Amino acid sequence: MAGRPEAFDRFVEHFRARIFQYSWLMCGHREDAEEVSQETLLKVFENFDQLREPQHLRAWVLRIAKNFCLMKRRRSQFAPTQELSLDEFMPVLDHNGGQVKLQIADWSALPEDRVLRHELRAVLGKAIAALPDIYRSVVLLRDVEELSTEETAQILDLTADAVKTRLHRARMAIRQELDSYLKTMEGPVHATRN
Amino acid sequence: MPHGTDECKHIFATLSEYLDLELSPEACRELQAHLAGCAPCGEFAESLRKTVALCHEYQPSEMPGPISEAARARLQEAWRRAVAARKPAGAHS
Repeated sequence: MAGRPEAFDRFVEHFRARIFQYSWLMCGHREDAEEVSQETLLKVFENFDQLREPQHLRAWVLRIAKNFCLMKRRRSQFAPTQELSLDEFMPVLDHNGGQVKLQIADWSALPEDRVLRHELRAVLGKAIAALPDIYRSVVLLRDVEELSTEETAQILDLTADAVKTRLHRARMAIRQELDSYLKTMEGPVHATRN
Repeated sequence: MPHGTDECKHIFATLSEYLDLELSPEACRELQAHLAGCAPCGEFAESLRKTVALCHEYQPSEMPGPISEAARARLQEAWRRAVAARKPAGAHS
């Protein structure tokens, strides 16, 4: 860690935003996310000497943030764990006329238009936020923060297999939400594809 | 290949591992062969790949508010101590 004054500003600017965004999606409240980001940074600085693997700094920081998020959740409300079944996300098949058709949207050209991309991003954000906690925590670390399966497993105290299972179900749930949105963009004529 | 077989169901269950390059080479080859011969599975796999790509580039629009002077001072003090603790004994800045 550099002792230069600008290093502090760079570190705080970078990690505060990342922790806030992760906590926002985990806790669901701006005030909680603000508190988690400050408490996490303070704990990070107070425990820098315990960082054994500097190459995993981001994972270490997010593990601390996750623990603060859990404390916030316990203080606010208890939500029972909701399991997602893979069967829920199997695409609907249309066997009409002896030909099997897959009823999904046309993903070949995602919207390039800036406004539509913005809308798509909002749909994605809502889909992530709507996931049950145990799936949201995995997809945030694996796909948004792009940590490895092993790092995610360590942060969440899960096995690598559990991370993979939850990640797949989370992705399938998000895909389904995006698919519904894309279908509305196409109109009813193109809703059924071969 | 007719879509909707048990093999298709198996493909759906392993798509994420395939996209994350976490399948064994043999399982990967089998899955690729299936996708090449089953258009609906191929199309579905592509939609999942794009979902993952969108998640990778996702950045929440919410940003934290400005940090208070008091909070900043607490953090700066903790940072200063952390830096001092990491300097070898006898070192001077």
